[in-house]
Amino acid sequence: METKNIMIVGVGGQGSLLASKLLGRLLLDQGYDVKVSEVHGMSQRGGSVVTYVRYGDRVYSPVIDKGEADFIVSFELLEAARWLPYLKKDGQIVTSTQQIDPMPVITGAAQYPENLVEKMKAAGAKVDALDCLALAEQAGSSKAVNIVLMGRLSHYFGIDEARWLSAIEAVVPPRFLELNKRAFALGRNA
Amino acid sequence: MRQLMLGNAAVARGLYEAGCCVISSYPGTPSTEITEEAAKYDEIYCEWAPNEKVAMEAAFGASLAGKRSFCGMKHVGLNVAADPLFTMSYTGVNGGVVIGVADDAGMHSSQNEQDSRHYARAAKLPMLEPADSAEGLAFAKLAYELSEQFDTPVLLKMCTRIAHSQSVVETGERIEPPAKPYEKNIAKYVMMPGNAIRRHPFVEERTRKLREWAETAEINRVEHGEDHKLGIITSSTSYQYVKEVCGDRFPILKLGMVWPLPVQKIKDFAASVSLLCVVEELDGFIETWCRELGLSLVGKDCFPPEGELSQTAVAEKLGLPHDKGAALAETIPNRPPVMCPGCPHRGLFYTLNRNKCTVLGDIGCYTLGAVAPLAAMEMTLCMGASVSAIHGFNKALGAEAEGRTVAVIGDSTFMHSGMTGLANIAYNQSNSTVIILDNSITGMTGHQQNPTTGYNIKGDPAGKIDLEALCRAMGFHRVRVVDPYDLEACDRAVKEELAAAEPSVIISRRPCALLKYVKHKPPLSVDPDKCKGCKSCMRIGCPAVSIKDGKARIDATQCVGCGVCEQLCKFGAFQSAGKEA
Repeated sequence: METKNIMIVGVGGQGSLLASKLLGRLLLDQGYDVKVSEVHGMSQRGGSVVTYVRYGDRVYSPVIDKGEADFIVSFELLEAARWLPYLKKDGQIVTSTQQIDPMPVITGAAQYPENLVEKMKAAGAKVDALDCLALAEQAGSSKAVNIVLMGRLSHYFGIDEARWLSAIEAVVPPRFLELNKRAFALGRNA
Repeated sequence: MRQLMLGNAAVARGLYEAGCCVISSYPGTPSTEITEEAAKYDEIYCEWAPNEKVAMEAAFGASLAGKRSFCGMKHVGLNVAADPLFTMSYTGVNGGVVIGVADDAGMHSSQNEQDSRHYARAAKLPMLEPADSAEGLAFAKLAYELSEQFDTPVLLKMCTRIAHSQSVVETGERIEPPAKPYEKNIAKYVMMPGNAIRRHPFVEERTRKLREWAETAEINRVEHGEDHKLGIITSSTSYQYVKEVCGDRFPILKLGMVWPLPVQKIKDFAASVSLLCVVEELDGFIETWCRELGLSLVGKDCFPPEGELSQTAVAEKLGLPHDKGAALAETIPNRPPVMCPGCPHRGLFYTLNRNKCTVLGDIGCYTLGAVAPLAAMEMTLCMGASVSAIHGFNKALGAEAEGRTVAVIGDSTFMHSGMTGLANIAYNQSNSTVIILDNSITGMTGHQQNPTTGYNIKGDPAGKIDLEALCRAMGFHRVRVVDPYDLEACDRAVKEELAAAEPSVIISRRPCALLKYVKHKPPLSVDPDKCKGCKSCMRIGCPAVSIKDGKARIDATQCVGCGVCEQLCKFGAFQSAGKEA
């Protein structure tokens, strides 16, 4: 199988590490070769962060380049737009509609662009935008946005729901399991 | 068991399986997780040392005692440890020594992008370079075998993409290497001239033997390709990019040991292809060797020495097809890293900005103090340089500079190499003002303990160095502690210490807001009737404070109630939850 590429993008500190851990576990259990590339260090301090997940028969490069991503999963709208050039021609964006102002916007040096979902669609991307923060809160915690997004992403994969749920069980501490299963279902069925 | 493992964790696993007993390191992105992961194995004694030189010498001591040891660091850390490195090449080892060094091409979290491979050649030491996690594990084990077989420390070189990528590994069991009791051997271990002169020929001979080993080593392998028009020599993450775009099309010489480099193997490979190409990140290190062998090739004239490579970069240069992707027409605002909400550094940098201080800075999260709107840092060079440089700055300019210049340095960086600079101020007497930003942790690299925190790498109670007592013992009479959340106290401290007629140390003390034990206050709120939209609160660059429709607004999901913005408001528009009641 040709290597498939998933990018997880967001703002440092939003919890993308758990999402990539979940995907890595799931895809390895499916028998694929998998590489997951993370960001550590300075950009974790509120900067733009990206995680690359690649799977297939044999994965070489640990990173995803422009025009290569089958999926971009985004915790934040501006970040989805920032990484748009990395999307493949028929690629799919799954994004939370949450907006977090970056420092140049806060200081007034720049504007947060408007109607980003429409603009990304106009640029030819398939965009699935969802208020993941509201769904996470509905599930019981604003921190569950990552699993809501994974639920939504699962919708596009031909992998049994049971496999996703057992991957969640493997990466989430038991006391948060029920909460995360609720978050996953809310994302998947939204 | 087949599992996904971070490159650094795989190296740690390899150290464990090889029977490594002692690890001493200093944290530095992208090397930190090797030691953090190794600390999870009870069979290995692990510690954070105050700096890389100390760490390497501790590892040397453990080797002398007969145990397999390791020290890990980032590329610039190897500069700090270069002194023991070059002479450990002469002494060789008793128990095996592996030195992990992680380069940061692309400078994701570093002040330069130097290429550590030059150290291997300069210090005449073998260097292995894994290209994924499985090789990270295997090469760590192989490194110990080479270390003991050839009587040499072995460098294990990582890079950001290999260190911070997870890929599939198969783990094995730990071995207990044969005991190597300590034996007094003055000729081998006392490097005074008379002995060192006799060790140098051994070093040259060792390189010759290692080069011979490299000729047939499995880790330097030729991968056959169908099209011999082009042949590629590569290693590490560059190998992965080449495979990604070329697959099995062209022959590849994949090098697992990047020093010493083989002669015949490279010449034979070059002879088998029409055009030789070396694909490597940063400097033309392999290229230089190939050119010394008289080979003509395509290398750095094609792949730049700056930044990271990628599959696209390789495809472009080789003229292979690749997609470009589509961007939006409009500009996407940058999202640079920022000091976190509640960061204790913010109040102090605000004070320095307001007092128009000249600020000589250092390495850590607080380097972000150079970014607008705080913009209160004018120099950052390397670990500890703030304290040493302020002394030179003040000696050069005299009283006029002394009255407005400060050095700022974090607690961990101060322990690393700020103390020696402070000794110079105390000894050679410049009237310098040094501010230690004590957030009670090593922040930037992800919360490692250090000699001032009172805990060790496992989180158990440990020795704790008293910063105030230390500074006083060095001869500083003016040592004071301030809370950086208290802007008035910060302002008073900075003004008074700059005005004082003798050198002083201000310790700005409050734990990092991200530490789990730090209890946050409820978020503040803004009374829109009281807010005049003057934007005074915007001068601290807090990501939780913004202006919407001409009024200040607090993002309650980010605010941790530190109250610094509240102190800037002349109109009392900010309300803490306590005061609302």
